Amino acid sequence: MALASRHLLGLEGMSKQDIQLILDTATSFREILDRPIKKVPTLQGKTIVNLFFESSTRTRTSFELAERRLSADVVNFSAEASSVRKGESLKDTVRNLEMMKIDMVVIRHAAAGAAHFLSRVIDANIINAGDGSHEHPTQALLDMYTLREKLGAIEGHHVCIVGDISHSRVALSNIYGLQTMGARVSVCGPKTLIPRCIDQLGVQVYYNIDDAIRDADVLNVLRIQNERHGGTLFPTTREYRRYFGVTRERLEASKKKILIMHPGPINRDVELSADVADGEQSVILQQVLNGVAIRMSILYLLGTHT
Amino acid sequence: MKILLKNGRIIDPILNLDRVADIFINDGMIEKIGGQIPSSKNMEVIDLDGKIISPGFIDMHVHLREPGFEHKETIETGCSSAAAGGFTAVCCMPNTNPAIDDASVVRQIIEQSQKVHHGIVDVYPIAAVTKDRKGKELAPMLELAEAGAVAFTDDGAPVAGSEMMRRALEYAAMIGKPIIQHAEEIDMTKGGVMNEGFVSTALGMPAMPSVAEDIMIARDISLAEYSNASYHVAHISTAHAVDLVRTAKARKLAVTCEVTPHHFSLTDEAVRSFDTNTKMNPPLRTRDDVEAMKEGLRNGTIDVIATDHAPHSFDEKQVEYLYAPFGIVGLETAIGLSIKELVVPGIISLVQLIQKLSTNPRNILHLPAVTIAEGEHANLTLLDPKKEWIVDVGSFKSKSKNSPFHGWKLTGKAVGIVNHGRIILV
Repeated sequence: MALASRHLLGLEGMSKQDIQLILDTATSFREILDRPIKKVPTLQGKTIVNLFFESSTRTRTSFELAERRLSADVVNFSAEASSVRKGESLKDTVRNLEMMKIDMVVIRHAAAGAAHFLSRVIDANIINAGDGSHEHPTQALLDMYTLREKLGAIEGHHVCIVGDISHSRVALSNIYGLQTMGARVSVCGPKTLIPRCIDQLGVQVYYNIDDAIRDADVLNVLRIQNERHGGTLFPTTREYRRYFGVTRERLEASKKKILIMHPGPINRDVELSADVADGEQSVILQQVLNGVAIRMSILYLLGTHT
Repeated sequence: MKILLKNGRIIDPILNLDRVADIFINDGMIEKIGGQIPSSKNMEVIDLDGKIISPGFIDMHVHLREPGFEHKETIETGCSSAAAGGFTAVCCMPNTNPAIDDASVVRQIIEQSQKVHHGIVDVYPIAAVTKDRKGKELAPMLELAEAGAVAFTDDGAPVAGSEMMRRALEYAAMIGKPIIQHAEEIDMTKGGVMNEGFVSTALGMPAMPSVAEDIMIARDISLAEYSNASYHVAHISTAHAVDLVRTAKARKLAVTCEVTPHHFSLTDEAVRSFDTNTKMNPPLRTRDDVEAMKEGLRNGTIDVIATDHAPHSFDEKQVEYLYAPFGIVGLETAIGLSIKELVVPGIISLVQLIQKLSTNPRNILHLPAVTIAEGEHANLTLLDPKKEWIVDVGSFKSKSKNSPFHGWKLTGKAVGIVNHGRIILV
């Protein structure tokens, strides 16, 4: 079994079989993570560059761990410490790296389509670790993996993504992936943070968090980026918390026990109250663990892609 | 130089002429039009059987990039591109460096244009409305007009302030020149790189709402009416904006507009490729907007087809979509796209096409009318309306190759141009 593409650029258009394959492969890597020796020789001799043009602790660490556990040689490249600061173009940067004989590139970039651009100008396998507000496929895959682990199946469940949908790459990848796998997807947040025409993606929109909690099986709560408030998008953090924050009271008012996910990092007591983040319905830390397994799965499937 | 054009189909909307005949041109003047003019040794004889002879086309929206950005285009390469695309004249936009906000720049451009290709392509500068296109102080419009500027615009940017726009319209109205607006409420488009809608949502791309164009045009129409001035909308791109112009025309206001070939040929779906040659401002809009462009062209609301020819170097476009400059080259694909998308499907006739590429823009800019009659200057576009061809950006005469139409099969192509006693065959 092999993936249809030699890159992971996004989940839009990825087939059900491919997603299934990634999730199933992750299951075997997930077992490895529970062993005392967590390293396998699968990608020995492969060189992977983590090309991060935006700061990221969680995703980069997760990728790096996954790479090292597959025995790949790892190079970390961050924009802060590079010639990008001197005005070098992305194309020149990666072409130079390519001459140093690299096999795979994991890229995080502020511009939507940056990973797609890269896949056209160099030969290595490209993994999109987040491009602007477009896609973050490994995050959505680990979300789906966690959902499947907890609920037994993805199909037939209702996932509501809560928060700043407009500026989220997690939201789009989740929408594409979950819909392909047969889940129902909705979004909830202030209208100013919900992109136009999202209903045309087959996504229901809630402006009332209690309605969303009532209807959904899973809430995937997004980080509210502090730098966005106080502008034109929403008035205050306090108002956001009061009308869209996921709190214990709100969850208890609902009859069924829904799952709480968050891609991190959490703004405690803004989008998520602390007792919910640490509560029994939260699977946030499992997501982090599963993230390593998912990334090992993808690195393996692409690294051995012929 | 004596030129004999044989067997061409002459179409002249002004004289209501549509006939097959020969044209004999002597020293730049049309000396005789008739059937079977005999050739002689010292004539250049061109057989135009099955081809069309039209009054020369003018592209009223071209970025020649000189002075200041000669790595993208020069007056010389831009005029080559215009000739190859079948244009005997272009208007060049003022977002150069320095901007065309001083009479000396206008004169320099005109002088240079007369030197390249023996001046066969007329270059009419369009000067800035405000100094350095900053929107703060009026540019010296009277001096600019005296030096040869045919209209005013801050294109690339809008005249944003309402008071500034009002005064600009009033001032230009003294000399009967139109203000051409790049209509964009920039407060609403900051950071945007494509049309806001389903596709931008699906791509997570920062976007520009169509309403940012609409409200600027609505404001400007009110100001133009209040100031009794002429107002021309550059590169109109939204269905609602076309409605606004139609209403203004119904009320007999001096409001006109132009559309680019890409805005009637492509939708924002093209952006899904992340090809930076689909990035322009105004952005590619939706299917409904494209249909509105075609309907506007058909019913006459849209007066002009102009390309917004915007050359950028290969490396400038070879970057992340977000960081790529806006704009595409258009001179060499304008006829092919117009005939393929508009004439072949029967949306407009060849006569209407010629009006939108020759008669109407000259009217709007108060340039002398070009007609095909004995005793007139020979200012002609020769084109083959049936020719099917594949766009190859590598063969463009323009210095830049940034076109989303590479590999497209088009219908209709320029055969050549005649102007100032010279002929260039493509």
